[in-house]
Amino acid sequence: MPETLSSTSVGLVTPQVARFDTPLMLACGRELPAFELVYETYGTLNETASNAILICHALSGHHHAAGYHHIDDRKPGWWDAHIGPGKSIDTRRFFVIAVNNLGGCHGSTGPSSENPATGRIWGPDFPLMTVTDWVNSQAMLADRLGIARFAAVVGGSLGGMQVLQWAMSLPERVANAVVVAATPRLSAQNIAFNEVARQAIRSDPEFFDGWYTEHQTLPKQGLRLARMVGHITYLSEHSMGARFGRDLRTDSLNYGYDVEFEVESYLRYQGDTFSTRFDANTYLLMTKALDYFDPAGEHDDDLPKALSTATCRFLVVSFTTDWRFAPARSRELVDALLRAGKHVSYANIDSPHGHDAFLLPNERYEAVLGGFMMRIANDVERAAGDNS
Amino acid sequence: MRADLALIYDWVPQGARVLDLGCGDGTLLAALSSQKQVTGYGLEIDSDGISRCLEKGVDVIEQDLDQGLANIPDDTFDLVIMTQALQVLRRPDLMLDEMLRVAHECIIAFPNFAWWRHRLSLGIKGRMPVSRSLPHAWYDTPNIHLSTFRDFSDLCRMQGHTITDRAVGNGSREGQWRHRRWPNLFGQDAIFRVRR
Repeated sequence: MPETLSSTSVGLVTPQVARFDTPLMLACGRELPAFELVYETYGTLNETASNAILICHALSGHHHAAGYHHIDDRKPGWWDAHIGPGKSIDTRRFFVIAVNNLGGCHGSTGPSSENPATGRIWGPDFPLMTVTDWVNSQAMLADRLGIARFAAVVGGSLGGMQVLQWAMSLPERVANAVVVAATPRLSAQNIAFNEVARQAIRSDPEFFDGWYTEHQTLPKQGLRLARMVGHITYLSEHSMGARFGRDLRTDSLNYGYDVEFEVESYLRYQGDTFSTRFDANTYLLMTKALDYFDPAGEHDDDLPKALSTATCRFLVVSFTTDWRFAPARSRELVDALLRAGKHVSYANIDSPHGHDAFLLPNERYEAVLGGFMMRIANDVERAAGDNS
Repeated sequence: MRADLALIYDWVPQGARVLDLGCGDGTLLAALSSQKQVTGYGLEIDSDGISRCLEKGVDVIEQDLDQGLANIPDDTFDLVIMTQALQVLRRPDLMLDEMLRVAHECIIAFPNFAWWRHRLSLGIKGRMPVSRSLPHAWYDTPNIHLSTFRDFSDLCRMQGHTITDRAVGNGSREGQWRHRRWPNLFGQDAIFRVRR
């Protein structure tokens, strides 16, 4: 698509693979004997390795956060609006790492990888991953890349939960934490939506208890429904109304069940494209990781206590029309951080785009994120100057 | 730094835990943190102010003061500061109690409506005063609870709080801040230091 790459793009990027042959103990009690992580980097690591930023991805995200893989790619990476030269996360100043989480379906070891013990693909036997497992695996990648401490760990939605986990369990390795459109725990309603998505997948006759690959098929219908219901929760009532209203695809009502309203067509399209490019077992596993995340639950429902180990500076960002992880959830986190006496800043960004707003360009969002990141870059460069 | 902020800066003890209500661009907190090892947060709703705080490394939380401070436990701070915000609040009296719940001491700066020029404008000219400290016209002012130096003293007494220090001055000029003989008449801006 981009005939010439703009000066604010990181340009063409090539994913890299890191292989680990040391076993990873998982929260579920099992262990991964060996695994691979696929990741991308943008920018240059400085001499003291103090300018590294880790980007954590959300439910359907991956390692391709910025730039293009091929000159004819239609779209850039999923967070290209905020990562690049001169952007909020400025790749002229930072070394940015984006990694595909374990259990994913974009190259890192996951349900579609081969299980070395059986020689078959893992499929539904792939262990359930937790946010903590992801953080531990990301830390192994950081070791491999020579990064003892991140200038910032940054993520939205499920990515924000990984940021929190980094701050709590590896405080000495995180100088700053940016938690966007996230929540310290899922609500009953959040879990309910996830369960509908899971049931849609698991009740698809093509699912075969997760062994669909061996049956040379895909649970496309289930994944399509899961994505459709998920997608509704990512948008706001207002943004759907503004974009589609009650507009019809046809000239008049046809008194049938084919697509009539624009919004139906849009959801079907979203579901269709997702159902062929995303793995059903990965989707199931990611929704479970969301459901399980509950640091306060491990500390007598005391969130300030759970956060007590953190030493970094936090930036928490929410969006006014996000009803999936509403601003009130971010406020809970901010209040808990305040009670725990931590460095925390908070901004509630006015946006009509619901949960999806965290992925989109927005002037104020960029001022907030950019301002916070600029201060970090200044600190990093000042410290590096003092050392030399 | 603005003269009123400079005076407040002098009143803040070394290493205090401070909450700054309506912290603006974070100038005061940034100076207090770098030179007096003060820790704490600013609350602000202005988006530009919040961005400037973030650039300075000041911890700032987007929070509407009219929603109160219910999210902050008792005695979280040593000191609460509020400059030029009292008069825009829906219930300044409740806020005063809230400030002295989350800290044992507060510093409040506000425009004195009884300053002689304000009186002149209203009493002689018959017009709502417009001045440096009250820069808005009556129809677009955010100030809904204007008060005087004496009014505020009465409020503190009525609510059982102790005024430990106070000053008046012309905030736009350095070195004008003092304990004037006729503060209610000659002070354009007032600063109170109050304990519970």
